[in-house]
Amino acid sequence: MFTGLHFIPPNTRIGFVRLRTISWVISALLTVVPIFLVWHVGLNFGIDFVGGTLIEVQTKESTANLGEIRAKLTGLDLGEVQIQEFGAPNDVLIRVSAQPTEQLQQASIAKVKQALGDTVEYRRVEVVGPTVSGELIAGGTIAVVVAMIAILFYIWFRFEWQFAVAAIASLVHDVTGTIGLYSALQLEFNLSSIAAILTIIGYSLNDKVVIFDRIRENLRKYKKMPLSELLDLSINETLSRTVLTHVTTFLAMMPFVIVGGEAIFGFALAMVWGIVIGAYSSIYVAAPLQLILGVKRDGTMTSSPARSKERAAARA
Amino acid sequence: MLHFPQWKVILVAGIVIAGIVFSLPNLFPRSTMEEMPSWLPHKQVSLGLDLQGGAHLLYQLDENEMIDDWLGNIRSDVRETLRRNRISYIDLNQDIAARTVSVKIREGADFDKAYTELRKLAVPVGGTFGGFSGANNLDIERSGDNTVLFEATEAGLNQRMSSAIEASIETIRRRVDAFGTTEPTIQRQGRNRVLVQVPGISDVERLKKLIGETGKLEFRLVDPGVNAQELAQTKQVPPDDELLYSTDTPPIPYAIRRQALVSGENLVDAQPGFDQRTGEPVVTFRFDAAGAKRFARATQENVGLPFAIILDGKVISAPVIREPILGGSGQISGNFGVQEATDLSVLLRSGALPAKLTVIEERTVGASLGADSIASGKKATWLGLLLVVLFMFAAYGLFGVFANIALFVNIVLIFAVLSLIGSTLTLPGIAGIVLTIGIAVDANVLINERIREEIRSGKSPVASIEAGYTRAITTIVDSNVTTLISTLVLFWLGSGPVRGFAVTLSIGIIASMFTAVTVTRLMVSYWLRWTRPATVPI
Repeated sequence: MFTGLHFIPPNTRIGFVRLRTISWVISALLTVVPIFLVWHVGLNFGIDFVGGTLIEVQTKESTANLGEIRAKLTGLDLGEVQIQEFGAPNDVLIRVSAQPTEQLQQASIAKVKQALGDTVEYRRVEVVGPTVSGELIAGGTIAVVVAMIAILFYIWFRFEWQFAVAAIASLVHDVTGTIGLYSALQLEFNLSSIAAILTIIGYSLNDKVVIFDRIRENLRKYKKMPLSELLDLSINETLSRTVLTHVTTFLAMMPFVIVGGEAIFGFALAMVWGIVIGAYSSIYVAAPLQLILGVKRDGTMTSSPARSKERAAARA
Repeated sequence: MLHFPQWKVILVAGIVIAGIVFSLPNLFPRSTMEEMPSWLPHKQVSLGLDLQGGAHLLYQLDENEMIDDWLGNIRSDVRETLRRNRISYIDLNQDIAARTVSVKIREGADFDKAYTELRKLAVPVGGTFGGFSGANNLDIERSGDNTVLFEATEAGLNQRMSSAIEASIETIRRRVDAFGTTEPTIQRQGRNRVLVQVPGISDVERLKKLIGETGKLEFRLVDPGVNAQELAQTKQVPPDDELLYSTDTPPIPYAIRRQALVSGENLVDAQPGFDQRTGEPVVTFRFDAAGAKRFARATQENVGLPFAIILDGKVISAPVIREPILGGSGQISGNFGVQEATDLSVLLRSGALPAKLTVIEERTVGASLGADSIASGKKATWLGLLLVVLFMFAAYGLFGVFANIALFVNIVLIFAVLSLIGSTLTLPGIAGIVLTIGIAVDANVLINERIREEIRSGKSPVASIEAGYTRAITTIVDSNVTTLISTLVLFWLGSGPVRGFAVTLSIGIIASMFTAVTVTRLMVSYWLRWTRPATVPI
């Protein structure tokens, strides 16, 4: 009977932790470069966060004449107006910058609709006023922070503080890495980007937990093994799972990037990137960090109350 | 492992069958479902605005206008109270920023009496459950120099805001209902907002126009003694008059008496119709008894003079009263088309909004974009599913097939739950299902990898499968809880489509703990019992 291919051979022993000097540099770059990018290039904030009007139109002719549309819309006195092709050649995205008041914002749609008239079909209109955009920024930031704190406590509760700190450090790595992608490709950063980041946080952690579980198990099993060796062993033992699970999620999500349509492209691409970067950080960030944070590796966990009681009992 | 208690098998089978039964309606078009016998489950997953097209409008009530209105009311109450008690006053002022009204009593001797009388204007504000909350709507204090200061309290403002929002929702509902679309949602959001969601609407501009109009109707006399054209230039309007403009282009100015003969509150009905003589579209209306009486008297006294029909401060028409109108009904004719007449009648029937509503967020999706999103979402989902199923088979053979069957059950359960709780499916929601596909098979990856390890350590097939399942379960729970945490945060924060993603993902994750663990385990146990394998094909 067909027993399945063993993509990762059973006794794989790759010295992930042994190569940590190289991986530290890469991880540091993956964390710092995005910050630099955001600082210097900036993020392409969508109207969710900066306010404004977004109008997606489809022209009746098979290829939209962007110049003609631009000509019709300049001189409407609406401030900055961006016009770009969006997916199909006859699909055009018009973005009008935020107007000082909500009333003017409503008026700006009317102006655009009047200028373009019946030459196009209006597929989507989104207007976010200054009040709402401010709230969305606050809400998005709070959500990411709250999610991180909640996860920190969960990991702390289930494991030891060293694991929780390592998890959060690698999550910061994943989040900056993802934001870096948005900045580098100038993908629109909007509410669904926050959703993508939150999902990546949850998903990437999923993976760290599995490796942490194994590290903990091995700490109890091999009391004499040097920590770096033990970490390598744990990573290798779970490697097949790590690779397989990321491949399945990657395969599930990838079609959304390719055929999912323009509306969800940014979200799907961020997810796919998050899957890759999450796999990297599980192996190269979360686990090796234990070396620095110094998980007690004599089989007794630093902050596990049950075990310290046992120890106390043994001493007595 | 071999022993699965009978009740557990029945329970698992029951859940799976229920899942299939409740998700089945989604495979048929709505029209087909309506012809099915009524005892069958009918609920289908409703599509979000981004998939079926429609409008999402978030309105905010103008707080300043409301405060201004309220302070105006307080001033007239103060004026009324002092007049009734024959107390003369000097400065009666209001300050919107501080939310205060102040009045100065002329004679120091009257002050105590005035203060006692004025204090009666404060009314307690009802608590949350209708009880007494301990707060008044006004704080009334003496502030030296014979002055009484009225401060509108936060509690009072909240109460006014609440009732204004409730009233707005009722009014908006009546206006939206006129469009006859299916299942519009109109609900309060936060302190001073109303969310209006209308699926499948195409003429969003008309909807916005109809909702955004305050709809305050007044019948007032035109001042016959002045030339409005001149007034418009000189701006020297007599104190009893107000200069208002018509809706024509260019607008025609009218000098209108400040006092209203009758207002829209006295209307009981308004319907679009056609003028019997000219055939042009008109709106016919009917007053209630009080309104009819007042209108009859006013028209009797002013035959031959023009009066104006004013909507939200704009003159719609200004006909001359040819004869007294005694029946309590009449018609409004402006220069409008059939649709405008219909909209005006809707506006009049629905009553006025308590304050102006402003759109602060708008998201509308056309039906064609929605259809495109459904198509591409479907394509991507099938493709993703196919890739995952093939990969799982390639990776684990028979055990991959078990995982794939469980995956199928998982998707069925997601649709069953979505149909049952009446949740909407959005494009991000579809992405959530796809992500679930990845996460659901992850549990099987964990189990199968464990089984492989146990086999390598030399255990028997049954023992290694047993150990694989029991050891993997804590890891599966741990890893899913972390994903659930961030999903719940997303649900709590998110709105609209993003929330749809959180919904499908969390349902999927919870369902996956059942399907990927229990359902596959059941299958594996039957397989073990039937074949009694010497080695595990994994």
